[in-house]
Amino acid sequence: MSISVNHISKSYKKVKALQDISFEVKQNELFGLIGPDGAGKTTLFRILTTLLFPNEGTATVAGFDVVTDYKKIRNSVGYMPGKFSLYQDLTVEENLNFFATIFGTTIEENYDLIKDIYVQIEPFKNRRAGKLSGGMKQKLALCCALIHKPKVLFLDEPTTGVDPVSRKEFWDMLKRLQQKNITILVSTPYMDEAALCDRIALIQDGKILEIDTPEAIVKHFPKQIYNVRANNMYQLITSLNEYQHNHSVYPFGEFVHYTDSRTDFNPNDLKVYLESKNLFNIEIEKTKATIEDTFMELAK
Amino acid sequence: MNNNKVIQVEGLTKTFGDFTAVNAITFEVEKGEIFGFLGANGAGKTTAMKMLIGISNPTSGKANVAGFDVFTHAEDIKKNIGYMSQKFALYDDLTVKENITFFGGIYGLPRKRIKEKSEILIQELGLEKVANTLVGALPLGWKQKLSFSVSLIHDPKIVFLDEPTGGVDPITRRQFWEMIYKAAHEGTTVFVTTHYMDEAEYCDRVSIMVNGKIEALDTPKKLKEQFKVDNMNDVFLKLARG
Repeated sequence: MSISVNHISKSYKKVKALQDISFEVKQNELFGLIGPDGAGKTTLFRILTTLLFPNEGTATVAGFDVVTDYKKIRNSVGYMPGKFSLYQDLTVEENLNFFATIFGTTIEENYDLIKDIYVQIEPFKNRRAGKLSGGMKQKLALCCALIHKPKVLFLDEPTTGVDPVSRKEFWDMLKRLQQKNITILVSTPYMDEAALCDRIALIQDGKILEIDTPEAIVKHFPKQIYNVRANNMYQLITSLNEYQHNHSVYPFGEFVHYTDSRTDFNPNDLKVYLESKNLFNIEIEKTKATIEDTFMELAK
Repeated sequence: MNNNKVIQVEGLTKTFGDFTAVNAITFEVEKGEIFGFLGANGAGKTTAMKMLIGISNPTSGKANVAGFDVFTHAEDIKKNIGYMSQKFALYDDLTVKENITFFGGIYGLPRKRIKEKSEILIQELGLEKVANTLVGALPLGWKQKLSFSVSLIHDPKIVFLDEPTGGVDPITRRQFWEMIYKAAHEGTTVFVTTHYMDEAEYCDRVSIMVNGKIEALDTPKKLKEQFKVDNMNDVFLKLARG
């Protein structure tokens, strides 16, 4: 196992940031921690990267204990925090050189690992890090986290606030890194990114809701979901929320995802009800659950 | 001006030295419309939005927001719009009630009106129990919902939302959109930026900026037809990748 977490808990005064968290990440796995702000993702990253002690429980990273062997872990992992943490007043090249030197290596030694990513920022190698665009900062931070060829890579919300194009490029990079013998633990609040991981843990309020492959997680969804559409979105949502048999009502793009509390639900009954609310152009069709549906059902 | 057009923009341009951040954009937004303003990081969205809310002077072009010209009546625009961003929300070290009172005061609402508004707002959001709690101690989702309500406290004609739901959990994100629908239903125009492409589908119309220009503008349905794809994410990828 690359990462093994056993019954980890962490509190800050009254706030229970993590409650009895356990999971394992296999060698070369791309494992996603999926959850909103405040779920405890960063606290977990800080414990696993030896920057914070847990109150309870144990964990190992690359075979080393996070408390007793912390120095060995620091040499074996790369960590890209959620907040941009490179030196703003050093240039791109200086930052990379700095991190290589700290870890007793050189840019040349591990260049093939970062090459794909570095060539994209190389034209700006003499620019100060503080003057880079968001997407370029993110690429530089990833290069710096990789320059000592870590066994395990920790990426805390690398794509938050990043546009869909840059997000896709970033995930393509992660997939390529995985091929190079690196275990990756990545966190994200974007549910659509969950599908790109080998396995995911859904996390909210310091607790893990479920751990599995993305495919298995959506299969576990307990109910049939219906896409519902009508002429007026606001009235549709209001009417569905008032419907006595609803189990869940969530806007989803151009539709509302609806589940019914009855076992013998007949979509026609719902149509009649919605028509009685003066809605028209009503469409009700079965649809498949997404990770986000599952997350909301579990978090309810 | 046509009363139903609450934003009218024609050839609006902003340059910084040699760099053209916003390049002659033209569009209109109608009363009660939910208008999605999308684009990659660095495409010029924030610069364009700053001009529309009267805090940045355009280099050239025309823009009328809430009935006022951005060149000559920026102060009037500020009084007639609401603004909420992911970064600047509320004062963490003021309580829920104090924040409402403070922003009500900033917009010049009479004391009695602020008191009424404050009660309605706290009740609608279900924040009765935390009305006297410091905002900093509230979960992010609550803060964002409160922040949205506060941005509407002076009944603005238009509310500008700059990535209002970043990092928010999916249930709260939806409650937030229900609030947006409600505001639009009641006649407030909503101008919103987001990186969540499913949220783009919630908008009546969507514009997509690429390198300072508006490269697409239509209903999500028509954009998907135009680009022959089945979701907005693919529309975005096709456009922004060029």
